Amino acid sequence: MKVGVLALQGDVREHLFALNECEVNAIPVRRAAEIASIDALVIPGGESTTIAHLAQTFDIFDPIQERIQNGMPTYGSCAGMILLADRVLDATQGQKTFGGLDITVRRNAFGRQVDSFELDLNMEGLHEMMRAVFIRAPWVEQVGSGVEILASVFPSENVSHAVAVRQGALLATSFHPELTSDNRIHRYFIEEVCKEISKFG
Amino acid sequence: MSEVKGTGRVKRGMAEMLKGGVIMDVVNAEQAKIAEDAGAVAVMALERVPADIRAEGGVSRMSDPDMIEKIKATVSIPVMAKARIGHFTEARVLESLGVDYIDESEVLTPADYANHIDKWDFTVPFVCGATNLGEALRRINEGAAMIRSKGEAGTGDVSNAVTHMRKIGGEIRRLSSMREDELYLAAKEMQAPYELVKEVAQSGKLPVVLFTAGGIATPADAAMMMHLGADGVFIGSGIFKSGDPARRAAACVKATTFFDDAKVIADASRGLGDAMVGINVADIPVPHRLAERGW
Repeated sequence: MKVGVLALQGDVREHLFALNECEVNAIPVRRAAEIASIDALVIPGGESTTIAHLAQTFDIFDPIQERIQNGMPTYGSCAGMILLADRVLDATQGQKTFGGLDITVRRNAFGRQVDSFELDLNMEGLHEMMRAVFIRAPWVEQVGSGVEILASVFPSENVSHAVAVRQGALLATSFHPELTSDNRIHRYFIEEVCKEISKFG
Repeated sequence: MSEVKGTGRVKRGMAEMLKGGVIMDVVNAEQAKIAEDAGAVAVMALERVPADIRAEGGVSRMSDPDMIEKIKATVSIPVMAKARIGHFTEARVLESLGVDYIDESEVLTPADYANHIDKWDFTVPFVCGATNLGEALRRINEGAAMIRSKGEAGTGDVSNAVTHMRKIGGEIRRLSSMREDELYLAAKEMQAPYELVKEVAQSGKLPVVLFTAGGIATPADAAMMMHLGADGVFIGSGIFKSGDPARRAAACVKATTFFDDAKVIADASRGLGDAMVGINVADIPVPHRLAERGW
């Protein structure tokens, strides 16, 4: 199995490192031929506006969207989550996303950089808490019926925001597991999300 | 929620998200919008671009909070702003305005000729300039979460950016090849903390993201700097002092991403109109060189 990390802008190197730690063949991808050659995709953290802009400029927006629609397992962290969301709040005018995840995401929902934070997070399927790093992070404001919420944060009583979701072959987190040495999310993506898909499809 | 803000990981991590991108100097909301539409990963809000600071002279200071607020309200990408070297109160003001990164910058007139800002004391992260590895590690020791090579701002002459990037890269490679018992002397010689010197020697890279700045004016300039090991590029006067800023901005963004593809850079370089006029660094008397500021 070959996993591509979309290498237009953002923390590509950290995702490649995490994937390599999971003993999977991971390569940076930024050309149509490279995107056609991979079995799964990771969309890194970065600026969602810049990544979308570059994908359109270099004519890989449609090929990526098509592959996602055809069931290619894809994981997005932070900007990657925004790019996988069907609906985005507080987007720039005309901001496009690949879509596929039936969720509504709010950009920079937790605030600006001075509000960025880390905390211990309970994640569905993981036995121990994980240290999650949120940087100008989005949250999931609304999910469609087929979307499973894997983790949420609770800013105050009776308020919760989903920060990790999965819908079939698509996985997204508001936070950046690639910035810590904990690669359980990458492992989950490789071992659960990708394996299940290749078995059936 | 037991969250912790302003940790080293959160501050350095923010810079990781900017990698492979272009950060553009802007002086008003209209320019900020042009930069965002062109694919900039962040904008640097300042009153005058370095070329004008150089031309007009006088003391150069932090920008008007109203201008920064307007830019923040106009774009959704991160907004950075500059404080004078050592001016911790300007930095407090910028932090209170909610800027996403502070550049403690030699482009402004220094406020303290001995001390830089104690950057650990802030929630907002800082980027600082450096001309060599020792200077970079001293800034990191003071809490900088990102480094940019200084170059010579406001010139459109890329030669000093090249000198500084090569210098930092060369010194990192030299440390990596040393025996462990030689690192004490290396730390003494580069006037940098031993612990950071040892960390660089072992990892073969800076512990924070390294951008480049100062004199980058064309897509080919940006791409060359990426080849020399920059994680991304600051473009100051190079965009809004050129003939067609929107086009040049988009072209520099493309060239930074595809820095290893000469065809893409060639296409990006076509029909951009006039580049900023520029000044040869060699023609600037040494006392007027901005890169000399900071210690």
